[in-house]
Amino acid sequence: MRIRTLAVGLLVGGLTLTTMTACGKEGTPATPGSGDQSGTNAAALPTYPVATGVDLAGSPVFAKMKSAGALTVGAKDDQPGLGQKDPTTGKFGGFDIEIAKLVSAGLGFDPEKITFRTVDSGAREQTIANGDVNYYVGTYSITDKRKALVSFAGPYFVAGQDLLVRKDDTSITGKDALKGKKVCSVTGSTPIQKVRSDNLTEAGNIVEFQKYSQCVEKLLSKDIDAVTTDDAILKGYAAQDPDNLKVVGQTFSTEKYGIGLNKDDKVLRDKVNEILQKSLDDGTWDKIYAATLGKSGSPAKKPTLEKY
Amino acid sequence: MDVLLNNLDLFGPFFLRTIELFVLSAVGSLIWGTILAMLRVSPVPVFRAIGTAYVTIARNTPLTLVFAFFVFAYPLLDIVKVDYFPAAVIALTVYTSAFICEVVRSGINTVPVGQAEAGRALGLTFNQILGQVVLPQALRSVVPPLISTLIALLKNTTIAAGFSVAEAGAIRSYLSERGDNQLVGLLWVALGFIILVTVLSFVQRSLEKRWSVAR
Repeated sequence: MRIRTLAVGLLVGGLTLTTMTACGKEGTPATPGSGDQSGTNAAALPTYPVATGVDLAGSPVFAKMKSAGALTVGAKDDQPGLGQKDPTTGKFGGFDIEIAKLVSAGLGFDPEKITFRTVDSGAREQTIANGDVNYYVGTYSITDKRKALVSFAGPYFVAGQDLLVRKDDTSITGKDALKGKKVCSVTGSTPIQKVRSDNLTEAGNIVEFQKYSQCVEKLLSKDIDAVTTDDAILKGYAAQDPDNLKVVGQTFSTEKYGIGLNKDDKVLRDKVNEILQKSLDDGTWDKIYAATLGKSGSPAKKPTLEKY
Repeated sequence: MDVLLNNLDLFGPFFLRTIELFVLSAVGSLIWGTILAMLRVSPVPVFRAIGTAYVTIARNTPLTLVFAFFVFAYPLLDIVKVDYFPAAVIALTVYTSAFICEVVRSGINTVPVGQAEAGRALGLTFNQILGQVVLPQALRSVVPPLISTLIALLKNTTIAAGFSVAEAGAIRSYLSERGDNQLVGLLWVALGFIILVTVLSFVQRSLEKRWSVAR
């Protein structure tokens, strides 16, 4: 009996995994002829002219890039529209990824030669400090405490905490309607710590997983009622499955996404800020937004750089 | 020190959760593991086959997969709704009991066959022989490996952090978002585990002393 139950269980487990993968692929419609850009319309993406003769004297990280000849960039791989890895081709696509390419070109390195490394939220500071990545672009909020560990260029995007709910759910209208509802986010992330510290819902209703995709899966199977994190990330998921998901649209925080750099490398930080400012001025930033996050239908809010 | 003091609201409740998780799963797997061991030595071939199959499957499956099954796949079966903490206890129990079973079985094998035969000659039933003659001696002889398995269980509890149980394994992610030094935080977590394991080692030593028998 026990064997049979287990066998059935394992079979179902296997099937779920298969369906989950299948869903992920369905959800990322690729434009014909651009199969390598997950969730991103490759045709509308701008190209980035590679700068020549860039030399940043006094930047140890740049010296390392120079000797390696190509860049290693930290990113996230499960955020549709921002940073997502195509499971079949292994290529990364999204707003963050385009920003990473823009910076690479501005530093004089071929954006096509970037090696993207998936770095989970909890491991970011350490990965940057260890020099495992040259810089990190992945919904990385600028905070004062983090500034003590890493440096930030940017912000290149401004987001805010919001809620993703099932389309037919009208009971959740904002953060004050969360009492008694199960709320999910990534383990230890700022949004879930906010839910905990502000008592937006009961402690027993807080659900934490390693990845947002697991939260969304649980939302669709009605085990939880809302996924909370920055609206940019949520819009990506809503755009993937607009028939079943919606973003509430009442942001209740301000998150400024910065490019994570090695601490105290001011030369590199100034250069990256210069590249970002140029893209904001000449319209490249708008093109990137339109080709990625803009497809969710929400208008762009240009960030103001915070140089320090 | 600052990392610990500034985040006592993390370390306290999270380690408490780890201990809860450990105690419940330890009790569960000791009971279930002993039952499994009894199945594996029973005179009924079907029971033996069930025990062997269980141990083979549960012991050879990565713990993360066992967790993933109970948290992501099992709810889809729509049988009984299990919350995340009980699910973690079940996953840890299912996994660890296979190891406990083998430890207890090896203990049973240390008891000379003559004792079971003598019991049978006296007219004791199988249950009486196992429960009153063999198991008490078997458990005494396997205290060290039993505690080793429990120590492994204690450390395995950290996997639950990935499946919505706020325990010590999740402290690092929290620290990272708060902007504290994670390496220092991890050292404190390690120290916490060393203290917990020391307690277990102490239990082992005192049990060994108390239960030591001259053979």
